[in-house]
Amino acid sequence: MSNGTAISVDKLTKRFGDFTAVDNISFNVTKGEIFGFLGANGAGKTTAMRMLCGLSKPTSGTASVAGFDVYSQTEKIKKSIGYMSQKFSLYEDLTVKENIRFYAGIYGKPDGFIKEKTEKLLNELRLQSEAGKLVRSLPLGWKQKLAFSVAIFHEPQIVFLDEPTGGVDPVTRREFWNMIYKAAASGITVFVTTHYMDEAEYCNRVSIMVDGKIEALDSPTQLKKTFEANSMGDVFLKLARKAVRAAD
Amino acid sequence: MNAVTVNNIIKSYGTKKAPVPALHGISFDVPKGELFGIIGPDGAGKTSLFRILTTLLLADSGSATVDGFDVVKNYKDIRNRVGYMPGRFSLYQDLTVAENMEFFATIFNTSIEENYDLVKEIYSQIEPFKDRRAGKLSGGMKQKLALSCALIHRPTVLFLDEPTTGVDAVSRKEFWEMLKRLKEQGITILVSTPYMDEASLCDRVALMQSGNVLSINTPTGITGEFGKPLLAIRASDMLRLLNYIKDYDEAEDCYPFGEYHHAVMKKEYNEEKLAQYLAKGNFNQLETKKIEPDIEDCFIQLMKN
Repeated sequence: MSNGTAISVDKLTKRFGDFTAVDNISFNVTKGEIFGFLGANGAGKTTAMRMLCGLSKPTSGTASVAGFDVYSQTEKIKKSIGYMSQKFSLYEDLTVKENIRFYAGIYGKPDGFIKEKTEKLLNELRLQSEAGKLVRSLPLGWKQKLAFSVAIFHEPQIVFLDEPTGGVDPVTRREFWNMIYKAAASGITVFVTTHYMDEAEYCNRVSIMVDGKIEALDSPTQLKKTFEANSMGDVFLKLARKAVRAAD
Repeated sequence: MNAVTVNNIIKSYGTKKAPVPALHGISFDVPKGELFGIIGPDGAGKTSLFRILTTLLLADSGSATVDGFDVVKNYKDIRNRVGYMPGRFSLYQDLTVAENMEFFATIFNTSIEENYDLVKEIYSQIEPFKDRRAGKLSGGMKQKLALSCALIHRPTVLFLDEPTTGVDAVSRKEFWEMLKRLKEQGITILVSTPYMDEASLCDRVALMQSGNVLSINTPTGITGEFGKPLLAIRASDMLRLLNYIKDYDEAEDCYPFGEYHHAVMKKEYNEEKLAQYLAKGNFNQLETKKIEPDIEDCFIQLMKN
């Protein structure tokens, strides 16, 4: 892990009317770290992530992402991050190549850069022969791997992954995590949510949100020690059972 | 007697020129009263199969029966007696909780009162919100309402299409406890899920991938068929360890599995030789132990063969 902080969050809070979705959370994410962001449905993960991506203004507290302020520099944040979720990833009725071209273009990358890197990427994913095919025709696993590659194509400092492996088969799920490791090794900070508890074990550190607050934050090994649990699944169950507010 | 029989069902989408196959000749039976799981990732064909069995979709060929009725000829009889909870929330968003329940009860010529004992445990949890519109409910409450509506006519067979997808570990656990109690009331339940760890909660499971059934058995039957030694290995440098084990000639496969790597070994592998090989790798905090495979290990092997 290289030095420096990719994300710093201090007393961040978001209220909707009298409902406090995110309640005074504080944490730092180190550059190049794989940071797992866990919590039950309705714990406030999505709201917190939206604030960090510059899509929602906090009610109070401070946060900086890639060195930019979440109140005043949201456009700079958006340029410095990548984002991928299970629900929204690629345009189904564009080809593989067109999707890459589209996203890279949106981030203002020059033609030469796009051309060269597209070839390299298609090679790595072994998608050369599929380059002209509509994304719709790809198997889900390939789509998710392509979506991740597209999310980091513009070489962002941080990539946010919102349940990237939902519904993906167990072999592809592991290939996907291999790609995450590679991205982190190249210096990209990875901020990831998941419902698969084995994937929590692959993170350098994991935070667990309950009712809008961060109830635990540590390495998987340390969390298991602290909560006297055999697995991250047990840690999660012990913490999430305390939740009083209804799931989203 | 079988609650469900499926005989060589084939289904393709797309056009004749460019068919997109969904089911490649699937066959299985589900005896009455069983909790039967269909386990597989997206694109396995789970939803197509459920839609054929609930008479909402016609197969290209093959036959199937539900509760003794043919899915094509007797589709009306089937619709009267099955409950179906689709993967996507499909209730009326602008009716209230109580109105949705009344609507589904009336359609099936019954009333909430008549079958209240069956849905009581689930419905009582959302009853305090009975005047709230369904669209304004939380995800967990929507799920409970959908299940209540699917049960209100006391179905003999219940089809649940990915009821726990995107649901957190705690709510998933609660949902499965609910299913167990429904099963005790004599309802046959077919449930699909992409979560491998839920397989052990079923009486029997079919593992599906890309329109094919890879294996059908009890959960312990499936893990019993694994047939190769399996080791869990970890060390401080997991990435290097993974590649190091993959290079070993007596290891057939190695993949990350939570905090350990799982190494599938050749039947005749030598423990001491492996220990020497690992020691040569100079790993810190190295730990090796023999383990029993779980459903996910089996699924991975079945996919790769």
